[in-house]
Amino acid sequence: MTISSASPAFTGRDPHNRLFGPLPDVQGEAGYEEEHPKRVGFFTDTSVCIGCKACEVACKEWNTLPMDDSHGVRDALGLSGMSYDNTGQLGANSWRHVAFIEQSRTVDLPMPTFGRPGDDRQGSGPSPAEAGDDVSLANAQQSVLNAEALSEFDPQTGQSGADTQVRWLMSSDVCKHCTHAGCLDVCPTGALFRTEFGTVVVQGDICNGCGYCVASCPYGVIDQRKDDGRVFKCTMCYDRLTDGLQPACATACPTQSIQFGDLDELQARADARLATLQSQGVETARLYGRDENDGVGGAGAFFLLLDEPEVYGLPPDPVVTTRDLPAMWKAAGKAAVMMVGVAVTAFLGSRKR
Amino acid sequence: MTGGITSPDAGWRQADRGPAVQRTGKRRRRGGGRGRGEVPMVDDVEFTSYYGRQIVKTPVWKSPDVPLYLFLGGAAGSASILGALADVTGRPALTRVARLTAAGGSMASVVFLIHDLGRPERFLHMLRVLKPTSPLSVGTYILSPFSAAAGATAAVELLGWFPRLKRFGGVVAALFGGPLATYTGVLLANTAVPSWHEFHGRLPFVFGGSAMAAGGGICMALTPLSESEPARKMAIIGAGIELAAIRGVEGSDSILAEPYHEGRPGKFMRAARACTSTGLGLAVLGGRTRLGAVASGTLLAAGSLLTRFGVFEAGIASTKDPKYIVVPQRERMAARNGQVRSVTH
Repeated sequence: MTISSASPAFTGRDPHNRLFGPLPDVQGEAGYEEEHPKRVGFFTDTSVCIGCKACEVACKEWNTLPMDDSHGVRDALGLSGMSYDNTGQLGANSWRHVAFIEQSRTVDLPMPTFGRPGDDRQGSGPSPAEAGDDVSLANAQQSVLNAEALSEFDPQTGQSGADTQVRWLMSSDVCKHCTHAGCLDVCPTGALFRTEFGTVVVQGDICNGCGYCVASCPYGVIDQRKDDGRVFKCTMCYDRLTDGLQPACATACPTQSIQFGDLDELQARADARLATLQSQGVETARLYGRDENDGVGGAGAFFLLLDEPEVYGLPPDPVVTTRDLPAMWKAAGKAAVMMVGVAVTAFLGSRKR
Repeated sequence: MTGGITSPDAGWRQADRGPAVQRTGKRRRRGGGRGRGEVPMVDDVEFTSYYGRQIVKTPVWKSPDVPLYLFLGGAAGSASILGALADVTGRPALTRVARLTAAGGSMASVVFLIHDLGRPERFLHMLRVLKPTSPLSVGTYILSPFSAAAGATAAVELLGWFPRLKRFGGVVAALFGGPLATYTGVLLANTAVPSWHEFHGRLPFVFGGSAMAAGGGICMALTPLSESEPARKMAIIGAGIELAAIRGVEGSDSILAEPYHEGRPGKFMRAARACTSTGLGLAVLGGRTRLGAVASGTLLAAGSLLTRFGVFEAGIASTKDPKYIVVPQRERMAARNGQVRSVTH
């Protein structure tokens, strides 16, 4: 039997008793030697996602995941009836999930103006409508993947009618591979472990299907296969990583919405991308899971979103549940002492008849 | 922008169904009027979600396995404490009943725990590591020695062998009894299930009180009156603690207390309160008669069982509606931003 080093707080190597907060070296904290590989991750830039679901298909193919419907029912073919999204959610059989949201907004003053098409996102004052500028619009649409054109035209925004704008938000969701992973912390068998790449993976031959991780993921990622009993989730293609390949989804993504690489490099890239978008007036762009001071110590898979996280089905402020575990153990200890105290009192106050 | 804390940026709304925001629908019935008596209250806040789908996963833990496990573990734990003290103070009948309750409860709870696993044949994988961050791992190391000690003690109690060893086994079981009854509060609270995690400081006390009501109640009902007095006292105090601790959960003005009032979990909680408070009153007034002891002990045990079902089901219900994730997290963010602002100004 080993005392698990899954959480640095209890190894004695962590003077601050951290169950949350930034960890500069997750693999080192998990017990790997100095010369472990760098921590890798995903940066999912939803501003260039086209919702093609190549990532979902590649993931299912590579990992031989069974079919399921939008509620995770295995071997069922079902339409969600809510949008183009029939995957519905992440689960035991869907390790990538492309969310699809159609949004519209009313444009305040639908008058032709001289601004560039992208200017209306600044949200202040009258917005321009490019109804009369069909030629440049068509040009921009034809070259959406050209970086220069992208700065002038956002493929996810269009005009429908004179006073309504429409946009489609698409985002490929995945396991976050948290710095402080709730699933990993609560796993009682050690089936979940931190790999040398800093990712979180389930060992199928150890998992006994207790389901504790399912209840403990603040993002609702990991789930149990009912017929199998064990839990399954994204491994960030651990098998491919060990052979020097990129994960299947990142390889298949045609727009580089899913970017795989060393986490620090991705973070720098994401910061630059956010700055670019914001300078272009995309005020609603924000990074999700990038902040190392958030409730899970920053995510190994983080996102650039164009709206609030909950619009995409993500929790706005997730916190790893074990952050509060010392307080819980304290309460349980007090309650146990209380029980003994009550029992002793009950005996002291009773005479034998 | 001066919109509510949850309003999406720049006026974007989900296209096909009007506003993408939903209301929490927290309404309170006013007066006795039917239908028209319902009016939205001020705390009816708006929030956004992805097609109303849930965010966290619903625990795969089965009912009634897990609530029964919680109940039996609690009753066994408090009974083992009673048994050890009764042995020391020379109450052989109470000792015997308490030891048999502790052994029976722990054996049955082990069965329910293993049955709830997705791969029951791999139960022993729990014993390959000890993880302080995993209440289930810690709990395994509480339950295993407890059921071994309680089982062995009850066996020699029945067979009448090794009286000194029996006392030692009873004390070992009693040492693990308190933690066995209260760790289950941590087991539920240390999850992303919002209505469990929110009350992580209170659940161990709810379960501790509930365990004493159940263990005390069962022992009171099965022990002759001449020796049952300590069990009765423990049951009464336990039931009082249980009721008070539940009040702390249910009476919270957090939106996360809502699942404890509504639907099936609400029914369980109301039934639990009725049973426990009736049992408590009966134990105080009539617990010194044979009939009163049996009736009140049964009621207290039933109340404890219903409490476990209510708490379990309330947590399950809270995972199924995204509002229980989004609204409290948004409030937390707003409070944090408010703090930052007041510091910087």
